[in-house]
Amino acid sequence: MSEVWRGTWVVAYRELLRFVSERTRLVGSIAQPLIFLVIFGAGFGNVIGSLAPGVNFIQFMYPGIIAMGVLTSALMAGVSVVWDREFGFLRELLVAPLGRSGIVFGKAIGACAVALLQVTVMLAISPLVGVSIDVGLVARLVPVVFVLSIALSGLGILIASFMRSQQGFQLLIQLLIFPLIFLAGVFFPVNQAPVWLQVLSKLNPLTYGVDAIRQIFLGASAGLGVSVFGHVMTILEEVALMGGLGAVLLAGAVWGFSRQE
Amino acid sequence: MAIIEVKGLSKRFGAIEAVKDVSFEVQPGEIFGFLGPNGAGKTTTINILCTLLSPSAGSARVNGFDVVHQRSEVRRSIGLVFQQTTLDEYLSADQNLRFHAYAYAMPAELREQRMTELMQMVELADRRKGSVRTYSGGMKRRLEIARGLLHHPKVLFLDEPTLGLDPQTRRHIWDYLLRLREQEGLTIFLTTHYMDEAEYSDRIAVIDNGSIVGLDTPDGLKRGVGGDLVTLRTTDAGAAAVEIHDRYHVEAAVRDDTVSFTVPNGEEFLPEFVKSFNHPLASISVRRPTLDDVFLHLTGREIRDSELDAAEQLRAGMGRRRGMHP
Repeated sequence: MSEVWRGTWVVAYRELLRFVSERTRLVGSIAQPLIFLVIFGAGFGNVIGSLAPGVNFIQFMYPGIIAMGVLTSALMAGVSVVWDREFGFLRELLVAPLGRSGIVFGKAIGACAVALLQVTVMLAISPLVGVSIDVGLVARLVPVVFVLSIALSGLGILIASFMRSQQGFQLLIQLLIFPLIFLAGVFFPVNQAPVWLQVLSKLNPLTYGVDAIRQIFLGASAGLGVSVFGHVMTILEEVALMGGLGAVLLAGAVWGFSRQE
Repeated sequence: MAIIEVKGLSKRFGAIEAVKDVSFEVQPGEIFGFLGPNGAGKTTTINILCTLLSPSAGSARVNGFDVVHQRSEVRRSIGLVFQQTTLDEYLSADQNLRFHAYAYAMPAELREQRMTELMQMVELADRRKGSVRTYSGGMKRRLEIARGLLHHPKVLFLDEPTLGLDPQTRRHIWDYLLRLREQEGLTIFLTTHYMDEAEYSDRIAVIDNGSIVGLDTPDGLKRGVGGDLVTLRTTDAGAAAVEIHDRYHVEAAVRDDTVSFTVPNGEEFLPEFVKSFNHPLASISVRRPTLDDVFLHLTGREIRDSELDAAEQLRAGMGRRRGMHP
């Protein structure tokens, strides 16, 4: 057990070390959500107007962008696995007395820490978007981001376990990331979309992550919540769903990763 | 007690048997060399010994621990330097070493002292804060050796430790390794296909096509060749070979106009031979056998020729060897 624990913190520590020592990644991962927010907000803000009483487009999109940032940083856990394999560092990890599952958890925790860092930057600019935050909101947001990022890291590492080259992995992630983001209701309310799009969106697990974060910021009463078979999902149900899916994905990731011994 | 014990070890990858029923023992403090062409099964054996691969049959113990059932204990007992670099090039040398210390659960006070000591030994003390990306090939290898030794391993595994390095750096690295053996009583297990590098070993196992074909000290292996090598050039090599066979009862090998054969005591043999030989001699030389001759003697091929064979075999079996290098 101690080997799993040590593997987790040692690997997470390195992920963070890597994150801060690579300045381009640091700047890029913080700038990306801001760019989306500014350009989409300015571009659509005047055209779309208010989506619900007291909710304009930029306020609607803001929680979605946070979820998008969580997704991109979580998938970096997978990039990191493929990277380590390609550049040999994976062997240093594999011959060290560290639990295989610990290595996977460490990658996930590392991605989670990066996601939380991004969320902090996003929260810092909340007054500019006209979103008010308080301690209670942050206290509810952090666990949701934690669950969402661990679940999505599981997905990234699971895919990475089967990929041999950086290029192949990047291509697959690009192929995956845009449908996931666009169908998740980051940019439009799922309940107001055409039926076929609603069906696709509700099959996308990220939808519930986006919605949970949006409910934390805008409250459940705004009438924007995602309903499944007539039932409007609550935050708790959505987090439970993400948690359950995350457990499965992470278990798959541990299996896929240990397989290569 | 032997520090490495290998019994009947085999490893198959699909239809290819990379290691076939290999057995040997390495004593504490010994430098043990695994000599053979690329694709002979050296890396596969090392990967089994350092718990990266499971054997198909047989067993192996390192520092008294079984490589299949006691992986953690084996991993703590060994240090590794692989053919390809396994450093994180985006981190500094210190960060790489510290990561390693954390991974092996070293106590903090011991860690810093050991890091200083080792970085001085590999002469990188002034580059500790530098990013590994900026290091030359030789510096990286030295850093990897320092890292491999950080957690006080009992056995250091070196897989082609000086591959791709210039001769000067190679000699430099060997100076460290020999000093380490003196200072720490370290056991070194190395694979190589450089003959001169194998010479540093106390004992050498010659491996070919997955089997050990000879195991002895370098001198012992050379004695096994049967004495000194006489090489001569003459106009009619075939007839010369017949004459040598008739008079001295030794088999002589003919290649173009060159005849070569082995005699127990070359220096004393030569003057007498030159006086009584009936064919015109263009040149004649005598030399002690090298490990190249040992390999030729044991396998009937030059190590370079076998590398070509191995490369072909590797290409043919590529599809089936997935997962060989995890």
